[in-house]
Amino acid sequence: MPLLALLVRAPWRGMSRLLADGAVLTALRLSLECATAATGLSLLLGVPLAWVLARTTIPGLALLRALVTLPLVLPPVVGGLALLLAFGRNGILGRHLDAWFGVTLPFTTAGVIVAETFVAMPFLIVTVEGALRSVDRDLEEAAATLRATPITVFRRVTLPLIRPSLLAGSVLCWARALGEFGATITFAGNFPGTTQTMPLAVYNALETDPQAAIALSLVLLTVAVAVLAALRDRWLRGGATL
Amino acid sequence: MNRAGRDEPDLYDVAPAAADAGLTIRGAVERGAFRLDVDLAVAPGEVLGVLGPNGAGKTTLLRALAGLTALNDGTITLGGHRLDDAAKGVTLPPEQRPVGVVFQNYRLFPHLDVRDNVAFAARCAGAGQRAARGRADRWLDRLGLAELADRRPGQLSGGQAQRVALARALAAEPRLLLLDEPLAALDARTKLEVRAELRRHLTDFPGPTLLITHDPLEAMVMTDRLLVLENGRIVQQGTPGDVARRPATQYIARLVGLNLYRGTAADGGAVHLSGGGTLHTAPGTTLGGAAGTGDDNAAAVLLAIRPTAIALHTSRPEHSSPRNVWTGAVAGLELLTDRVRVQVDGTIPALVDVTPAAVTELDLTAGARIWLSAKATDIDIYPDPRQP
Repeated sequence: MPLLALLVRAPWRGMSRLLADGAVLTALRLSLECATAATGLSLLLGVPLAWVLARTTIPGLALLRALVTLPLVLPPVVGGLALLLAFGRNGILGRHLDAWFGVTLPFTTAGVIVAETFVAMPFLIVTVEGALRSVDRDLEEAAATLRATPITVFRRVTLPLIRPSLLAGSVLCWARALGEFGATITFAGNFPGTTQTMPLAVYNALETDPQAAIALSLVLLTVAVAVLAALRDRWLRGGATL
Repeated sequence: MNRAGRDEPDLYDVAPAAADAGLTIRGAVERGAFRLDVDLAVAPGEVLGVLGPNGAGKTTLLRALAGLTALNDGTITLGGHRLDDAAKGVTLPPEQRPVGVVFQNYRLFPHLDVRDNVAFAARCAGAGQRAARGRADRWLDRLGLAELADRRPGQLSGGQAQRVALARALAAEPRLLLLDEPLAALDARTKLEVRAELRRHLTDFPGPTLLITHDPLEAMVMTDRLLVLENGRIVQQGTPGDVARRPATQYIARLVGLNLYRGTAADGGAVHLSGGGTLHTAPGTTLGGAAGTGDDNAAAVLLAIRPTAIALHTSRPEHSSPRNVWTGAVAGLELLTDRVRVQVDGTIPALVDVTPAAVTELDLTAGARIWLSAKATDIDIYPDPRQP
């Protein structure tokens, strides 16, 4: 229904004029790049974390699981604030990052990626953890009797078996990152060209030119739907027929 | 690819004097209240059948040999190399053991086609994809599976999956082969076909083989030697023929369809059964060499009677040429292909095979009182091989 309203109220006539603006393309490209980078980062950190959650019995596992899923229930703005306190120039970690490596995250494109990863990674972790739990451990044992080391087992047996969930989790993660607003604006600010992603551009436009806001929303919607549809067709179906 | 060169450093060397290609396991695995305690050896080229009821520890034994479960006690030695030494805390992980396993449900990788399943071990050992697939193709050829190479496990019949699982295990060039109920998941017709073929491949395999089963026929046909496992302990060992003819436990007796009684031998061929009653065997029956196993008491013996060797009568038989006559109550009837197996309860319970005509003639209904007789010469008497 809300989507329908968006379509009905869209300024179809002025669309081309509103979208010809270079800033829109810049924001769109930044959104796609950051969402993709955040998904990559989530895969890198999230898959090992999911493995630890699903397969190990280290003490404090319950706490770790709670922490991992926390961003799902936390208002993104609070998440952004927490990131700022941790990675900000005077944050507990950010201070050292700045002093030792000269790296500053807040109010940079890298900051956008970190904020999006923070908010979106739990979607990937939860999906992959569930898949890792339901993988047939018998197959992993069989692989071990065929001379596969634990790492090889994971690479050649476990990962291929959870591929559908891995893809589904990545798509969820990417979609969540693409729409991320609260943590991004809090942690990375709203600077056109470096940190202004599409959701932030929509928010900006809403205050100055509501017509443009609707047009931008439509673009975001179209791109998201197109990408999700393409992925579902090509990858998810391929994964399902293993 | 030089296999010896690849595997040697992984294995733990024992004194060279002990070096031979056989397998010995002398040890125990504890799982909660259950304890598997075995001491056995398998020679190279020998197929040892492990027969036992569910929960006897058969699978635990296989897992210990494959390195999937650690020994709590004792050692496992294969070809002169220690795989496990509980006292020293040594347990080689499964991937470092030259042990091939054919699992009960085959455990083929669903995401790989047949060729890549068989090539899996070579890939893990570092072979390139082309080389590994070439080797896999040779194994598939050898087992007559070449036309299945491009199929996924989901597209295979049970018999085909069984053969692929064997090819996959053999392609890893193991020195010990373990098979966990390899035919259990197959239907009767496929079983017959695969059994003969599997037997042939097992004969070709140069190392020791352990075949776990609870199917007596499978055990009889496919193994050189049989070991009966019950409650985590070895209760009998011998050739399949000996085990079938002279079972040591009720479990085996039931599997091979014999009446088995435990008792103590007295004078003149009389045996007092531990369940009550006395049966007479032919006097002068020798008890093999094992009668004097150190027991000061009367010798513990087992009596086996074929169900066809017992006769049923409605009244006490008059001309009593059979020396054993007793009575019981009919507890059940079961139709075998051309006979009826009658279950008789009483002091000396028995399974008796009669013709279907005899069932009506004798008016065998549940609870009916019946007389049984058996000739002394039809009773096989032998020492109880179980350690007290």
